[in-house]
Amino acid sequence: MNRPLRKFMNGVFIALSMIATSLGLACLGAILWTLLSHGLTGMNLATFTQMTPPPGGQGGLLNAIYGSTVMTLLGIAIGSPIGVLAGTYLAEYGRDSRLSVLVRFINDVLLSAPSIIIGLFVYEVVVIRMGHFSAIAGALGLAVLAIPVTLRTTEDMLNLVPVGMKDSSAALGAYPWRTTLSVLYPAARSGIVTGLLLAIARISGETAPLLFTALNNQFWSDNLNAPMANLPVVIFQFALSPYKNWQDLAWAGALISTFTILLLSVTARVLLAVTHPERGSRQ
Amino acid sequence: MAIIDPRHAARQLIFERVFRSATLAAAILVLLILGGVAASLLRGAWPALSHFGIKFVTREVWNPVTDEFGALAPIYGTLVTSLIAMVLAVPTGFGIALFLTELCPPWLKRPIGVSVELLAAVPSIIFGIWGLFVLAPVVQRHLQPWLISHIGPLPGIGRLFQGPPFGIGILTAGLVLAIMVLPFIAATMRDVFDTVPPMLKESGYGLGATTWEVIWHVVVPHSRVGMVGGIMLGLGRALGETMAVTFVIGNAHRISASILAPGTTISSAIANEFTEAVGELYTSSLIALGLLLFIITFTVIIAAQAMLRRLERRALSSA
Repeated sequence: MNRPLRKFMNGVFIALSMIATSLGLACLGAILWTLLSHGLTGMNLATFTQMTPPPGGQGGLLNAIYGSTVMTLLGIAIGSPIGVLAGTYLAEYGRDSRLSVLVRFINDVLLSAPSIIIGLFVYEVVVIRMGHFSAIAGALGLAVLAIPVTLRTTEDMLNLVPVGMKDSSAALGAYPWRTTLSVLYPAARSGIVTGLLLAIARISGETAPLLFTALNNQFWSDNLNAPMANLPVVIFQFALSPYKNWQDLAWAGALISTFTILLLSVTARVLLAVTHPERGSRQ
Repeated sequence: MAIIDPRHAARQLIFERVFRSATLAAAILVLLILGGVAASLLRGAWPALSHFGIKFVTREVWNPVTDEFGALAPIYGTLVTSLIAMVLAVPTGFGIALFLTELCPPWLKRPIGVSVELLAAVPSIIFGIWGLFVLAPVVQRHLQPWLISHIGPLPGIGRLFQGPPFGIGILTAGLVLAIMVLPFIAATMRDVFDTVPPMLKESGYGLGATTWEVIWHVVVPHSRVGMVGGIMLGLGRALGETMAVTFVIGNAHRISASILAPGTTISSAIANEFTEAVGELYTSSLIALGLLLFIITFTVIIAAQAMLRRLERRALSSA
């Protein structure tokens, strides 16, 4: 091929690649702009102090915000210890055993499994057995989603701890459990916290696993054994309703949950970039 | 010389055993969860599967009143929306990954990379509500009328673009899905391109190749396996995505020739109908849909993981 043509082709493909990048950025910009412009009009003090209203009435999202917070924290409280312990097993005990390879593989599968299937699973195992929808079932669904995220980051972060630190601890006569608790966890703390933040970000926006586990509740409820309101399902119901005040609240809820999640993931990334510069650009 | 207290040593050993067993139990629990998901779906789907047999996946009818259920329309919708998403997102993601690894000035790398990751962090329900209120009207007013008047009359391919512009439907769902999976594909491809040894690229440039020629003849062949893995991972997401699709798919249990028409997908059918389903057969049919989705997505995810793993091993052995 002649030179001008090659240069021309090069220019075309570089231009296409730039267009693709600006398209991606434009999508993010458009979504954030819509959220801000629609969400701010629907938001006022009542959004944070009142319960979800009936159609046409005045109200806010207090019970939904409370329910989402409770179920997310409960989900993390149940899921993350399992994830951290399993990650510890892979990094410290199992290593390259056949079991570890299998667990790693299954974990990666769970990491990208459709969340609605997790919802069906919890429905079958918990909701049917209890006989009714409940906040605890919702939290269990979220916990199942939190496990793979925390497992993955815990294993990665433990592997980054210099071998010398582990050897020094062993040379002092410490058993592996002591080394793990007193040396490895403190050394990998910021990384593990990053994993927790990412897991919170991941599960606090999840809707599908809550649809038929926690269901929804129009009123204030702090009973874990009963259906509980939560932001994602409220957004889902209110956005698809024909009532103007419900739609406004849906946008306000969307704005609140998106910016909470983006804030969490930015914090997680900054934390990782500060403490592990070599890994800052990944994940 | 230190004196070792035997009781202390024994206690240490007990702690060690307890801690080790706890971590092992947690690791095994991960396996049990996946097993539990498969088992519970099978059990829940059994009444429908034994009642309809193979006809469950070959029939289009979905009638809760007469208790007739077939999964063909949701399966079709799931596959077609994901296909549209991949056709749009793969080239765009490829472009973004190339820009980030080969073209971008270093100071821009970080902000653009973070923006792509933020797009990945936006919850799917936000894509749904945005798709319904912002994207669908634009599609209805501009994109669909253009497609109907320009491509609709063509023989063959035109059949895909006929009918009234609803705004919501298979095409819009595909568009929203494309935006959703774009950051995953872009991020995976970027990571794969980063594994290409600089020496190979430099050799290409040394021979006088242009940037594009280095990309096409050096970077892409070297990253093929990983790229396919990333694409499959994106596909797995698109197939299982629920909320974003539920808002814009239109929820019509039928198969239309036109991709402008409303349809349904497996996940959106479950999300829409599950809490309202009455009767064992109806609920069980929805769970059977879930089982189908489980089988489809897990095949795709496992294939993707296997490919990415192969790449990882190769990167390790060459490093």
